[in-house]
Amino acid sequence: MNLLVCISRTPETTAKISFAENNTKFNSDGVNYIMNPYDEWYALVRAIELKEAVGGKVIAINVGGPENDIVIRKALAIGADEAVRVNGDPNSALFTATQIANYAKENACDIVFCGKETIDYNGSEVGAMVAELLDQPFISYASKMDVEGTKATVERDIEGGVEVVELDTPFVISAAKGLAEQRIPNMRGIMMAKRKPLAVVEATAVDAKNEIVSYTMPAGKSAVKLIDPENMDELVRLLHEEAKVI
Amino acid sequence: MSVLIFVESNKGKFKKSALEAVYYGAQIAKQKGSEAIALLCSPADNPAELGKYGASKVIHQNLESHTDNMVVADLIKQAADANGAEYVIMTNSSLGKSLAGRVAIKLDASLVSGATSLPESDSVSKKLFSGKAIASIKLTADKKVISVMGNSVIPEEIGSDAPVEAGSYTARTGRVTVKESKTSDGVVPLPEAELVVSAGRGMKGPENWGIIDEMAGILGATTACSRPVADTGWRPHHEHVGQTGVAIRPNLYIAIGISGAIQHLAGVNNSKTIVVINKDPEAPFFKAADYGVVGDLFDVVPRLNEAFRKFKQ
Ligand SMILES: Cc1cc2nc3c(=O)[nH]c(=O)nc-3n(C[C@H](O)[C@H](O)[C@H](O)COP(=O)(O)OP(=O)(O)OC[C@H]3O[C@@H](n4cnc5c(N)ncnc54)[C@H](O)[C@@H]3O)c2cc1C
Ligand SMILES: Nc1ncnc2c1ncn2[C@@H]1O[C@H](COP(=O)(O)O)[C@@H](O)[C@H]1O
Repeated sequence: MNLLVCISRTPETTAKISFAENNTKFNSDGVNYIMNPYDEWYALVRAIELKEAVGGKVIAINVGGPENDIVIRKALAIGADEAVRVNGDPNSALFTATQIANYAKENACDIVFCGKETIDYNGSEVGAMVAELLDQPFISYASKMDVEGTKATVERDIEGGVEVVELDTPFVISAAKGLAEQRIPNMRGIMMAKRKPLAVVEATAVDAKNEIVSYTMPAGKSAVKLIDPENMDELVRLLHEEAKVI
Repeated sequence: MSVLIFVESNKGKFKKSALEAVYYGAQIAKQKGSEAIALLCSPADNPAELGKYGASKVIHQNLESHTDNMVVADLIKQAADANGAEYVIMTNSSLGKSLAGRVAIKLDASLVSGATSLPESDSVSKKLFSGKAIASIKLTADKKVISVMGNSVIPEEIGSDAPVEAGSYTARTGRVTVKESKTSDGVVPLPEAELVVSAGRGMKGPENWGIIDEMAGILGATTACSRPVADTGWRPHHEHVGQTGVAIRPNLYIAIGISGAIQHLAGVNNSKTIVVINKDPEAPFFKAADYGVVGDLFDVVPRLNEAFRKFKQ
């Protein structure tokens, strides 16, 4: 099976977020980057497990510049067989999805895995776009997946529960918690990753349809109002009369 | 020109988020001097009701299941084309998120998912970096798809029942079959809950959750937990909120024995009012809280339950 895993790079959750150029650009100074957790922990690992079970290969794909090679190497260290970086600025979901879909089309991928969402732009947009560009089914927020031959059974998170669905390959899936257990790369994996192929291809141009006009920081919370633990009636009164939430 | 709103129903009823989407779409239609048309593809007891929130017409085309987003997206595309839709609006639900990207590609449209404001000169706000920043994003294409984050607008009754018309579009054959759907009845699912009572490792063990369930019971709230609590199996996984769990935006979030790590806050910092109960006055959660109680939860929570009970009587 040809399994394509979409890997993105995001600032660490604890990174301090700030903006430059009159609040129109993200300020990456001093920001630590990681592989997007949903891509690393769930999408990539489930793809590797599947390959280990049924054979085939796992290709990690990233759309971005050379600064992304570190996270791509990490994907190889965890167990992807090869990687491709589509060289370009992943400044919109449309741009990114177009590159991924082009690659998947040319390389006849059976399953395209992506993460539930990137934790920086919180879009949850790329997977659905890739699926549409490929005219394939899209199963979002998968928390369990079994594949037998060309038939897949997937459990996906829906509001207040789960839904079990069946479908045939090829398809696109987005990975949520539960799909796999995080794997930590070992020394051997890290050494092997250095010898695995990382191809770089140029991105195709895509007309932007969105423009980030400006960034702002949310208004800070005013200081917490502390309530005497002996006086819970006061808390209830404040929730009712001041906050008006009960 | 028109605004097309894809409306979800659940067991024949409209959730608040569905009415928000209709109201949101109706406000855009008002701005643009165009018409707000609701597209409904699931059973509903009273589709005409959408008129109250601003829909001038409801197109009702029943599908057996919404699970195959290829099929639903195709219907939305047909309806958008037939009605010359400039804007297509949907809820930022699990279905909405799986549809929005598809529909945007089909219509060659701009897309913003999870918008938190109405468009102003075709720009909307959206939270980024798990709520640590807000971007103003301009949708520059002729057609625009927006999925609306819950609680971004307060739906008001601005009209009366709308005419309902049976949809005459052709649904394409789906490729996904639903085998089973397991949803817990009775409790409001976390993403939609208005009141959430949540507890963390400070609870010491699963056997102590009685006081949490009790509070949730009195308030009619949904229960949640921090990640380590779900990871160690004290509570079911679907209760885990935060960056790697469910993101919620209730009116009231009560956090009990949770330290307030940034990854936890990422999923709950959109709550309107946050109450923190923690014995450590230095717990980071107090910085994100509106109301705080410094004390031992095993004393405080039973007392608060008593106070809630008195209030409810
Ligand atoms: C990449 C990543 C993603 C993560 N995603 C999530 C996520 O989605 N959600 C999440 O929750 N976490 C997440 N975490 C974990 C997170 O960093 C914290 O470890 C976790 O939230 C801590 O849970 P806790 O507050 O329940 O436990 P603790 O940090 O152990 O806090 C327990 C709190 O209870 C208080 N306490 C103890 N006893 C009492 C008492 N008797 N009365 C009152 N208070 C008491 C203590 O003062 C303390 O503040 C993530 C971590 C990483 C690295
Ligand atoms: N630049 C990128 N390169 C490769 N995959 C990406 C990129 N950006 C996003 N993805 C994939 O798409 C998923 C959803 O991203 P998003 O739509 O931005 O929330 C991520 O979890 C990744 O799997």
